Amino acid sequence: MGAITLEKVTKEFSGVKVIPGVDLEIAHGEFVVFVGPSGCGKSTLLRLIAGLEDVSSGTIRIDGVDATGLAPARRSLAMVFQSYALYPHMSVYKNIAFPLKMAGMPEADIKAKVEAAARTLNLTDYLDRRPGQLSGGQRQRVAIGRAIVREPEAFLFDEPLSNLDAALRVNMRLEISELHQSLKTTMIYVTHDQVEAMTMADKIVVLHAGRIEQVGSPLELYRNPANVFVAGFIGSPKMNLIEGAPAAKYNARTIGVRPEHIQLSTESGEWAGVVGVAEHLGSDTFLHVQVEGIGQVTARISGELNIHHGDRVWLTPPPERIHRFDGEGTAI
Amino acid sequence: MAREATRNRKIAFTAFAWLVGLTLFFPILWTILTSFKTEGEAIATPPSLLFFEWSLENYFEVQRRSNYLRHAMNSVVISLGSTGLGLLVAIPAAWAMAFSPGKHTKDILMWMLSTKMLPAVGVLMPIYLICQSLGLLDSRIALVAVLMMMNLPIIVWMLYTYFKEIPGEILEAARMDGASLGKEIVYVLTPMAVPGIASTLLLNIILAWNEAFWTLNLTSSQAAPLTAFIASYSSPEGLFWAKLSAASTLAIAPILVMGWFSQKQLVRGLTFGAVK
Repeated sequence: MGAITLEKVTKEFSGVKVIPGVDLEIAHGEFVVFVGPSGCGKSTLLRLIAGLEDVSSGTIRIDGVDATGLAPARRSLAMVFQSYALYPHMSVYKNIAFPLKMAGMPEADIKAKVEAAARTLNLTDYLDRRPGQLSGGQRQRVAIGRAIVREPEAFLFDEPLSNLDAALRVNMRLEISELHQSLKTTMIYVTHDQVEAMTMADKIVVLHAGRIEQVGSPLELYRNPANVFVAGFIGSPKMNLIEGAPAAKYNARTIGVRPEHIQLSTESGEWAGVVGVAEHLGSDTFLHVQVEGIGQVTARISGELNIHHGDRVWLTPPPERIHRFDGEGTAI
Repeated sequence: MAREATRNRKIAFTAFAWLVGLTLFFPILWTILTSFKTEGEAIATPPSLLFFEWSLENYFEVQRRSNYLRHAMNSVVISLGSTGLGLLVAIPAAWAMAFSPGKHTKDILMWMLSTKMLPAVGVLMPIYLICQSLGLLDSRIALVAVLMMMNLPIIVWMLYTYFKEIPGEILEAARMDGASLGKEIVYVLTPMAVPGIASTLLLNIILAWNEAFWTLNLTSSQAAPLTAFIASYSSPEGLFWAKLSAASTLAIAPILVMGWFSQKQLVRGLTFGAVK
């Protein structure tokens, strides 16, 4: 099992409310991603679940049991840190074996478990090395190995990929997703990268200033953002958010339209503008268009286009793809 | 062209560094050389640098007149004792300040450092009187205690900077992995902190060994360490340069040898925190 429930959880740091009050249900086996800009409280929330920080008020339940006051080690959770947090003076073998040794497991069982984990993570040849002699990706694998040997109820990942280069990040992302498929254990993953969130999560929790803005599957958030913040945060390139007269036309304070939904024409359309920057990626073309009376609008057009800086274009947002928000920024 | 300019600059810098180094080392070299001269040669003008009659006579004379070994033993006891006691107090203090800092941790650290800004002579009277009324004048205990307190701010600061370098996440990982506080200290913290504790230990032994103000003021014969032994050659019967030099050489030799062998640790300890 590995169901985690947060009830009215708050956290204050010297009088400042970092988490003003969070209620959240995480089902057994779910891959949940906490996403939000830096300083939104996502890491704090993870550390509260881990027990590395004490909650100011509220309850944390793990499998229905109140774990609010339990020490980190007694919550049967395993954590993978951003800095890997490997023990620099121990070999890879000893790093992975450490939690088992702390649990007082017999040496022979430890050996079997460590070797099995090393095989899963392709670390068999590195068991005698020290963390300092490994690459970033290998260190991350050791950290994951140390987490899986404990067979925890849930894994907590705190921005585990942000110290890796872009190519390795994509690989590790896949490996973690595959790990989740094979272990079927609850995973809570913190990231500021919405692409990681979209690609890995069963459920995304979007956080902003310590509050949950929206909880839902990646596509739910993409299709029906609850407010302007989620609309702007989920999706790449960012959703175009437009205020003023063009929005009033749709009876809204703000309207939003995703770059990939905008229709492009070189002859006619709703919004006329001049191409500022055209980014040709081959698979897509990103056009940053200076639209009269609106400002910059980004359009993402599939395939290769013969459009360049200074060209005059017309953009049309399909009415069914327009997101409408009221004065509070809430979706209408 | 550019490469040549860099090369010339390197040569100039190297020459300058050697010049500074030798200038600093010269008094020590001169002391060592003088210790092998006769009293007459020691004060001769112009002085002879290397071409004199080398003799060990001064060393025998110094040993005959005063008991070198007793003073050396005092130095060992005082420097090891004050450093050991200092570490015993400073490790938990630095630990607490590095890993669970409070609102005023920075202020406490600054306050401790500020005590080093007070000239030692400013507290000579009270400390002398306290030692006198406790009957601790000319005792090793008094020196161990006083030197421990004098060096404590430096020990705490060094250890604090060192502990600060141990990433908190590693300790948290240990906690997540099920280590109790005791196991966390034994298996994770101590092995990682040993180099820092070692270099702090070495530096403080050196500081305590060379300390002259308190050792001269609080001892006379029984507890007098090597610093007092040197000083005894510059007084009543006039100046005996050669014997004074021999005494000095004998006094600095042990610490010089220790410093030489632990150079790596010392440099690491002193520059720790400066470069990541």
